[in-house]
Amino acid sequence: MKASTPATLVALTLMIIAGLLVAGCTTAQQAPEQTTLTVFTAASLTGAFTDIGKAYEAENGNVRIDLVFDGSQALRTQIEQGANPDIFVSASTKHMKALQDGGFMDDGTVAPFLGNSMALIVPADNLANVTGLADLAEPGTKIVIGTKDVPFGDYTRQVLDKMAADPAYGPAYRDAVMENVISEETAVSSVVPKLTLGEADAAFVYKSDVSKDDLEKVTRIEVPAEYNVMATYPLGILAESPHRAEAESFIAFVRGPDGSAILTEYGFDPIPAES
Amino acid sequence: MDSTPFRQSPEVTRPEGGLARVSRAGLALLVAALVALFLLFVTLPVASLFLRISPEAFLRSLAEPVVLDALSLSLATATVSTAIVVVFGTPLALVNARHDYPGRAIVDTLTDLPIVLPPAVAGIALLMAFGRRGVVGQYLDQFGISIAFTTVAVILAQVFVASPFYIRQARASFEAVDRIYEDAARTLGASPMKVALRVTIPLAWGGLISGAILSFARALGEFGATIMFAGNFQGRTQTMPLAIYTTMQGDLDAAISLAIVLVVISFAVIAAVKIMTRRRL
Repeated sequence: MKASTPATLVALTLMIIAGLLVAGCTTAQQAPEQTTLTVFTAASLTGAFTDIGKAYEAENGNVRIDLVFDGSQALRTQIEQGANPDIFVSASTKHMKALQDGGFMDDGTVAPFLGNSMALIVPADNLANVTGLADLAEPGTKIVIGTKDVPFGDYTRQVLDKMAADPAYGPAYRDAVMENVISEETAVSSVVPKLTLGEADAAFVYKSDVSKDDLEKVTRIEVPAEYNVMATYPLGILAESPHRAEAESFIAFVRGPDGSAILTEYGFDPIPAES
Repeated sequence: MDSTPFRQSPEVTRPEGGLARVSRAGLALLVAALVALFLLFVTLPVASLFLRISPEAFLRSLAEPVVLDALSLSLATATVSTAIVVVFGTPLALVNARHDYPGRAIVDTLTDLPIVLPPAVAGIALLMAFGRRGVVGQYLDQFGISIAFTTVAVILAQVFVASPFYIRQARASFEAVDRIYEDAARTLGASPMKVALRVTIPLAWGGLISGAILSFARALGEFGATIMFAGNFQGRTQTMPLAIYTTMQGDLDAAISLAIVLVVISFAVIAAVKIMTRRRL
């Protein structure tokens, strides 16, 4: 052993650094004309936007659609803290508005593009025998809702408030339902598994959250229009986005016939673009 | 590498003079730079927590019900789960430290498993076992006992992930106890139980306490298994890490305040363990 330790150590360090640099350079090498659009999308649009992204990529070989799904809240916080997507698709106007007020959005591109409403879902085997809204107040029924800060949790509370204001149900009903809540989730995506596992008996979700595949595992119960809350989803391009033209083209696709067909299939009500 | 470091082979000559000194100084500089960079990397994010919130906002947030609920629930559940870990883990650690039996290696591996399992795996595994339709849970459910999404689930999740920290430390402490004392007690007619309680455990005391503190800290920080198995409900299953995750969605001040409280507790825990393990009993 003749090698002096300091020299080997320095050499080793240099090799590691060099290796990292090489790795960094090679991974960044892509087809030069390919653009990646990063789209921050509300979790409730996971299924629909995955399909739309694939359809768009099939038609436009030079664009890669990189979808990031999370609660609208979490996505908004990430953007406020420095994340740089090209497009933000929110499940509530509140978070879009907050980003607009902060100067993060290109205001001219922000528009509501679809509507959604609340529904009740129960597991397919429905062991707790929940057949309507009234059953939710039964003691021992296990209910999952969203936290008050996430859109679908906020809308759930609005539905319950509307029912509390109606003598047919009254405030006691709302309190009994809230008493039965076993967990408050921050994203719709973590609600359905709790039902399919049979850990919960019912959940308030967006109508669109029940995908075609889910309908084998859960049953959807409509919330009557007089108690329901209509949610509007806005989307828009970030002020800092370097891919303005590509982003506009993708949004046009989402709001065009192909995108609308996919969104309708998933239970959303597309709002036609004002042209 | 040469495995006999003390036998100098004849062709090794000690490097002398300026060159060696320069390379040694260079090495010292390199090490210092690496250490400084790393320390900066660890302290900067933690310090940033304190810089992003005013003291008034911090105190105001501490009085929020969501913060108080999470703090009291976390401290209570982590205390209970640590007690459970100590009660079940001490005999196991003692047996594994003092007796060789067929399958000991398997028992050791099993007790260490939760350290390497991702918390999400622990969460889904607990749900499959104790959920309403779980392997065990379905029978409990027939007696009207449900565990998932209750405070009990929080404690189970914590016990599951925190137990190895105590058991490993306890076993090492027991192994460090000189058998002479135990043999002396035995020859004087003490029963095995008495030997354990009056000789082995008191001699390993420092290590046991520091193991329990580590376990407590791990329980306090548990997030992944809890949110899957116990859910997120303020005052019932929303521990501090869950409350941080939830308040991030709306009230950033509350999230930062909770994070600061956790940092302070974690720091105190490390300091306590250092003091405990340095004090040789």
